[in-house]
Amino acid sequence: MSRLSTSICIGLVLVGVGLMAILNLSTAAGAPLHVPTYAISLVGKYLSYAILALAVDLVWGYGGILSLGHAAFFALGGYAMGMYLLREIGPRGVYGNALLPDFMVFLNYKALPWYWNGFNHPAFAMAMAVIVPALVALIFGYFAFRSRVSGVYLSIITQALTYALLLAFFRNDMGFGGNNGMTDFKDIFGLPLQADSTRVGLLVATAIALCLCLLVARYVVTSRFGQVLIAVRDSESRTRFLGYRPESYKLFVFVLSAIMAGIGGALYVPQVGIINPGEFSPANSIEAVIWVAVGGRGTLVGAVLGAVLVNAGKTFFTGAFPEFWLFALGFLFILVTLLLPKGVLGLLQKKTGGRV
Amino acid sequence: MGWGSDPEGDVMVSIHRLLAVLLVSLPLLATSPARADDAPDPFIGLASQNFDIVANAISALAVSGHPQAAATIAAIEADNLYVDAAGDGAPLILIKQGDSYIDARTGQKASDINEDDVDSVRVNNAVRRAIEAAKGGLDLFAADADTRQKAAEKVFTSHDPAALPLLARAIAAEKDAGAKRAMQQAQAASLLAGDGGSDAERVAAVAILRLRGDVEAKSLLQSLHDQSKPVAAAIAAATSSLARIEQLWSVLQSVFYGISLGSVLLLAAAGLAITFGVMGVINMAHGEMVMLGAYTTFMVQEVIRTHAPGLFGASLFIAVPLAFLVSGIAGILIERCMIRFLYGRPLETLLASWGLSLILQQGVRSIFGSSNREVGTPEWMSGAVQWGGLVITWNRLTIIVFAVIVIAALMAVMRGTSLGLRMRAVTQNRRMAAAMGIRTPWIDALTFGLGSGVAGMAGVALSQIDNVSPNLGQGYIIDSFMVVVFGGVGNLWGTVVSAMTLGIVNKFLEPFAGAVLGKIVVLIALILFIQRKPRGMFPLKGRAVEQ
Amino acid sequence: MSRVLSSRPSVGRWLRSTALAAAALVSATAMSATAHAEDTIKVGILHSLSGTMAISETTLKDVMLMLIDQQNKKGGLLGKKLEAVVVDPASNWPLFAEKARELITVDHVAAVFGCWTSVSRKSVLPVFEETNNILFYPVQYEGEESSKNVFYTGAAPNQQAIPAVDYLMNEDHVKRWVLAGTDYVYPRTTNKILEAYLKSKGVAAEDIMVNYTPFGQSDWQSIVADIKKFGSAGKKTAVVSTINGDANVPFYKELANQGIKATDIPVVAFSVGEEELAGIDTKPLVGHLAAWNYFESVKSPANTAFIKEWHEFTKKPNRTTNDPMEAAYIGFNMWVKAVEKAGTTDQTKVIDAMIGVAVPNLTGGISTMMPNHHITKPVLIGEVKGDGQFNVVWQTPGTVVANEWSPYLEGSKDLIADWRHPLFCGNFNTVTGKCGGASK
Repeated sequence: MSRLSTSICIGLVLVGVGLMAILNLSTAAGAPLHVPTYAISLVGKYLSYAILALAVDLVWGYGGILSLGHAAFFALGGYAMGMYLLREIGPRGVYGNALLPDFMVFLNYKALPWYWNGFNHPAFAMAMAVIVPALVALIFGYFAFRSRVSGVYLSIITQALTYALLLAFFRNDMGFGGNNGMTDFKDIFGLPLQADSTRVGLLVATAIALCLCLLVARYVVTSRFGQVLIAVRDSESRTRFLGYRPESYKLFVFVLSAIMAGIGGALYVPQVGIINPGEFSPANSIEAVIWVAVGGRGTLVGAVLGAVLVNAGKTFFTGAFPEFWLFALGFLFILVTLLLPKGVLGLLQKKTGGRV
Repeated sequence: MGWGSDPEGDVMVSIHRLLAVLLVSLPLLATSPARADDAPDPFIGLASQNFDIVANAISALAVSGHPQAAATIAAIEADNLYVDAAGDGAPLILIKQGDSYIDARTGQKASDINEDDVDSVRVNNAVRRAIEAAKGGLDLFAADADTRQKAAEKVFTSHDPAALPLLARAIAAEKDAGAKRAMQQAQAASLLAGDGGSDAERVAAVAILRLRGDVEAKSLLQSLHDQSKPVAAAIAAATSSLARIEQLWSVLQSVFYGISLGSVLLLAAAGLAITFGVMGVINMAHGEMVMLGAYTTFMVQEVIRTHAPGLFGASLFIAVPLAFLVSGIAGILIERCMIRFLYGRPLETLLASWGLSLILQQGVRSIFGSSNREVGTPEWMSGAVQWGGLVITWNRLTIIVFAVIVIAALMAVMRGTSLGLRMRAVTQNRRMAAAMGIRTPWIDALTFGLGSGVAGMAGVALSQIDNVSPNLGQGYIIDSFMVVVFGGVGNLWGTVVSAMTLGIVNKFLEPFAGAVLGKIVVLIALILFIQRKPRGMFPLKGRAVEQ
Repeated sequence: MSRVLSSRPSVGRWLRSTALAAAALVSATAMSATAHAEDTIKVGILHSLSGTMAISETTLKDVMLMLIDQQNKKGGLLGKKLEAVVVDPASNWPLFAEKARELITVDHVAAVFGCWTSVSRKSVLPVFEETNNILFYPVQYEGEESSKNVFYTGAAPNQQAIPAVDYLMNEDHVKRWVLAGTDYVYPRTTNKILEAYLKSKGVAAEDIMVNYTPFGQSDWQSIVADIKKFGSAGKKTAVVSTINGDANVPFYKELANQGIKATDIPVVAFSVGEEELAGIDTKPLVGHLAAWNYFESVKSPANTAFIKEWHEFTKKPNRTTNDPMEAAYIGFNMWVKAVEKAGTTDQTKVIDAMIGVAVPNLTGGISTMMPNHHITKPVLIGEVKGDGQFNVVWQTPGTVVANEWSPYLEGSKDLIADWRHPLFCGNFNTVTGKCGGASK
């Protein structure tokens, strides 16, 4: 929460990513200091997740809204990006159809569904990656906060929301590629996705987006608006009696957070190369909350730290102990909640005498 | 199958042939055994690699009157009939008994059989149909009325005009009302399927089918074309009336399906209604408690299979209390070791129990393997009963009854016992309860154990309809939370009503919207409903609400 | 959680506090730095060991470990030992791509054996093409794909679905068809192909019922009742099931309970093998069918030996074998042979050497890698027996060549794949004479 930890975090992310970028591009494969492209996309993925975690921390840590459906906004942003990337393939798909993506050709679509129009323009697609999650959050949040759905009820209906979207996107008739989703992307903004320079570019873009989101989030929570928001979190009814309208505050932060999640998703897709309905699965949203809890709720920086830590751990364990990594992950979650109620960042603060 | 130029389904063809032979040989059967020397050897066809020939051989064998015919046909059905074609003459047909073989032709023990030369008789669906038909045709004259009625049903399904003379004879001899009615329906169907009979007879047959009133009668009538005018008119009237009846039944059927789905949801959610609803613990490992119950059932059946096969029918009765204990004890351990440190932090319990669910899933995967485990269905739970146009499967009915018993018992415990009283006291006002001398930590543990135990019992029921795999619990966790929240947290009645509502709505939407869209619609409706009534259908009232 | 955490910062100590974060950021870098030993040939195994697909894929991991173990006992390959690198992509599709990249760029594997679902294959495909590595894919799938870097040792639709329908049409005189599947790309494509095929055989549109259900469907009451109703119309009816994994057990249980026997309405399935049946009491299901290219019950010396080794390796005398295991077995042996032929594990050379490689399959025949990167296979139709095994009731006289691009689909009827030079194309359009789409 402190300004210093935010600066440290931003500095670390930018310097680390910058270093990786330089080492990847300037050294040859096999050189002692070479950073392989594999690591570039991997860190890119972690940082996209970190944006999602930041979004969750904003609503949960400061607004007291435990959303168990934030991965839905992430996935919606990702789908917008995926649709653009598929259109960008153009006639280079396996069937050579200039207009229709491959999955539409073999499912016998005759024309492009109307909602696919415009996604060939990158600017439109990028706008959609933000607008669609924001719109869904606005509508959902408007009704939910207006009727004062809160606590576990809200958590459960956010799960219902992401579950409904999961089922919907699984349907092949929806025209989003069903279970297979979208994959085999070629270019982004005219640059080949498989080139190292594009990958590095995407990583740098993600790092910058993460830092901007962190700054925006920090600005919001330290502003007057943020003070009221924290008041709402701590005692909604008292804040209401003081003349504030808690639902407006919650709605604003919910939509802002959905936008961030959408940005994270849009950056995630070109780096992992696939978007499919699995991203909507309720478990993913719960995991995002866990990253925040591991890092430290209500600290922003903790969310980033948690997302990177847990996912790096996952990468390591799934390779090193493929049969037992779930035990490791499971125990990590239990131990963190039991022993580190303020997360890893809380532990660090305790060790440093509360200075970071 | 090359049994004729008209391949209108094999049942019909085989029955046709069988009945034709039966009619000729029936009087003969009663008087003298067929003389085996004159007739061609009916056994020889059984050795063929060609299914048509095997099937024909069975039909021929059935009517040959050979003393070994019944035993041989029974052996094919049980996969116990073998062929040894190693010798010079006709291939040996052997019935396996334990480790030795019996010559099917003579019934004598066969010696000097080389295991490598022996191959089982080839069976496929066509052969199996021939077996059924062979037994079915004979069964029209069986001693047991029930068997005769079933045989008549088979003839109804095949509605072969060739069966008419046989049916007439069977009806004349029939004393049992039920069997007689079935035979008359079969007769009507067979008459209509052919071209015979006067218009009046055919109209009367249509009336019999109309009285029967089920889907099969309707589709049979609909399949009739090019009828004379009065018959066609009768058919048109009958089908439209049958369609109306069918619609009525289908509504009832959907209600049954809905209640059945609802009771599955209810069972899955009942434990959660205690741990989440009453105690306020968001237990994401709830599904794994259900899974433990299912695996307990598997273990019980495994022990019974190896040590006491006779008890298999009772395996579920043994499994229910054991599953309750296993999951209940697991629940108490979880509460003591984990949850109790997290009271007052409901969202943290969500995270910790999520971690726990990962561990439990992987633990079960490590111990039992990742593939499905087989949990058998006892005989008394298999099959279905037809009640008018309603098909009620025994296992679903059992689950509904089980759900009712579990909920009734749960309510009795919560309302009628001192334990229940203490549980309610502790959850409503912990400090006051402690002041009255209740050991609150112990009650917390027991309450959590009770909820988990109920989840374990649900696992026994779910093992009967779903996969028993490490992923079992995950499939139900979201639905369970929806049910509890929709009904109103802390209200068992609410959970019951909500499970049934969701089940029935789902089943009524399914035919129109399809399974996927139906579920989406239900979820969206649920979200909208929570917006209107943020605390579910039956919210708790009072100060406890504002935590 | 309500207390706002605010404190004065101190520059001096932040290094320690951020060490963890830094470690996480560079952990991937560090992993890549581990020196890769040159005295072994590494083989990647990319099968889910947790999550929803673990149920099917764990077996394939085990069989690969067995095959590698056997090869090492025979003296390894090119004088080196093989080393299996096992990772867990956890039924998570983006993780498949990540793990594939890890295997290739960090562990430097010579080839990867893996994937089960189509989506996992689609997810890793760009990685294999970019890094020019080799994937052996051992599961039957919907076809409509041929990549330079993938060898498909499972069946294409014409090696499974069409013969099965032929069998029912000719031997069982089926006139009415229910095409029931899980709503994803394999059933959708297979059913499209089957619909076109059935119509070409004169089946009327009203005699075909298509039904899709979501993944993990567990309540089959109304759908089974619908099938029963559809089948009571007086014409012989059969169900062609492309229902996936988890949903099968409840489906078959419901069939049994509603009293639908194989003699009334047979169900022929393309995704149900010995492994899936292990979770069901098969006595009520006797006579339902499955179409595969291998059954455990097939009698051949190769199969008997394979089953024996499998039981010894897993130390479980009852563990079943199934079709994808055979496909993994064929794929592995083909790779070994191709590496020996090429004299190197260099992927470009091995890919060229693969075409034309022929190895014995487990059903007593020979399977050959064709220029379309698919293999020739016999098609077997089996009926479920009471003991959970299959009784082979029909089989193709020889092996069948895969149609990777289905002639029954509008978009692909003019496409062929031929990875021999000079054509060297996975989607050559015979009408336009162009190698469609991507320039590979």
